[in-house]
Amino acid sequence: MKQGSAHKAPPGPLDYLSRWPLRLWLIAVGLFLYVPLLAMMLFSFNDSKRNIVWKGFTTDWYVKALTNESLLEAFANSLTIAALSTIVSVILGTLAAIALWRFRFRGRGLFEGGMALPIVVPEICMGVAMLVFFARIMPWPQGMVWPLSLGSIVIAHISFCFPFVAVVVRARLQSFDRSQEEAARDLGASDFQAFRDVLLPHLKPSLVAGALLAFTLSLDDFVITFFTAGPDTITFPVKVYSMVRFSVTPEVNAASTLLILVTVALTVLALRFQRPQEIAR
Amino acid sequence: MAGSAEPGEDWRQERGTLAATLGPPLFWLLLFFMVPLSVVWAYSFGSNSGLTEIKITGTFANYARALEPLYLGILAKSIGMAGLTTLICLIVGFPVALAITFAPDRAKTWLLLFIMLPFWTNLLIRTYALIAVLRQEGYVNWTLEFFWNQLGSIWSLPPFVPLELLHNNAAVLFGLVYVHLPFMVLPLYAALDRLDRSLIEASLDLGAGHFRTMMQIVFPLALPGILSGVLITFIPALGAYLTPDLLGGPDSQMIANVIERQFKRANDWPFGAALSFMLMYLTLILIAIQAMSKRGREDA
Repeated sequence: MKQGSAHKAPPGPLDYLSRWPLRLWLIAVGLFLYVPLLAMMLFSFNDSKRNIVWKGFTTDWYVKALTNESLLEAFANSLTIAALSTIVSVILGTLAAIALWRFRFRGRGLFEGGMALPIVVPEICMGVAMLVFFARIMPWPQGMVWPLSLGSIVIAHISFCFPFVAVVVRARLQSFDRSQEEAARDLGASDFQAFRDVLLPHLKPSLVAGALLAFTLSLDDFVITFFTAGPDTITFPVKVYSMVRFSVTPEVNAASTLLILVTVALTVLALRFQRPQEIAR
Repeated sequence: MAGSAEPGEDWRQERGTLAATLGPPLFWLLLFFMVPLSVVWAYSFGSNSGLTEIKITGTFANYARALEPLYLGILAKSIGMAGLTTLICLIVGFPVALAITFAPDRAKTWLLLFIMLPFWTNLLIRTYALIAVLRQEGYVNWTLEFFWNQLGSIWSLPPFVPLELLHNNAAVLFGLVYVHLPFMVLPLYAALDRLDRSLIEASLDLGAGHFRTMMQIVFPLALPGILSGVLITFIPALGAYLTPDLLGGPDSQMIANVIERQFKRANDWPFGAALSFMLMYLTLILIAIQAMSKRGREDA
């Protein structure tokens, strides 16, 4: 896996990165991916509503976005939903990963396939399924106090987040040496003690990475939330969507820039716990 | 393997552990994922009776309607759009994945981060950023106008007419590629990274050019990974809702937009259910094909 280091010495025939056509290609792809986002961030500081000609630096749009009550409320909703669904997703995902790693049981393959489904099913299908479920099968009580009113969205988010956590935790479990756990048992630890004191510390990096993944997935989701949200439970992406439908304004730029910063901070944090090479798998 | 350490006397306890670990996620998966999907599936065989009542009659009428030329056309168009998106992503992404694979370790980490960062950015925000680029008073038109006027000061040119870059099929395709490119690069990288480099070196040593080595050695060897990259890109592109909704015009609807309309505005849930299960069947068939071809290769 780390053959890369063997190739370090001279610029060998496989050192494609130092060839100019590939460099040019990479730069073009980089521009393609980043210019729209950077332009959006730049114009959030532009002192003009027209959003195209630079008129001078201002932070007015941030003030405006941060004093926009419905936008703030949507942002608070999003963070709360993300936090709640992260907690439950990490617990459920870890349990599922352990069950799949440790046991052979009837229907294991079926469970494994079932856990992969929320990852592969098109978002729109899951969105309408959640809409129907909360409209007909299990209506979420109307007029609940604040965090509880977000319940249906939290449930929907957990359903698509926890399988991702399970994938991350399972990858980490593969490097667990079971003899450590057996040693703990031989020394008199109970099942639960062995879990808490031996397995859990080993899993910790993947738990953090899984939690951050679940948090970002939940924070970013638009389609599924769009189908589950009611008029009183607007999330940040749903709110931005309704603003974008009207027009392109620097206020949306400012709000989006803030969300990007939150995401980048979370990503950087996640990378401290898991190297990108591993995530790519 | 379960309980192999101390079989027999401990199985009861192991069973308790299994129930404790498997129970909660299984319960959640069944109640909050399988049940909702099953209800939609059941509705796809139902019909509207009354304003909010849906009777499950076992009819295939909804599927028959989904196969009418209008909807079949939209489905075909979605498949075409997703296919084209996947192809462009593959062509654009392959050299990127190649460069990352053979980069020195340090650069590798940074390049991966570089590709992944937009991937972690909110989809809605990325689409919004594209609107600002493509709209009539957007950056592209602004740049073109600038150069047009520069030229206009030399020769006499008619006044600049902004290009209509937004609200058409090309904009949707552009947006889909923009959004899904990282989906393609990451699995490609994972596949290329696993290749046996000595084979590539041997090919180069024996006189094959880089292009020929790519086509005859790297591509076939990395094919399983390429296929999974294709699938990972194609499935979300096929079900894309936001991109055609925000960047497309009235004629660039994709299947997800039609499904949304049935549930939110037209209020024809059985038909919407049938459409969304058409999408599900397609997705599942693709995954099954990939799983089978993977198994076939492993057996061989």
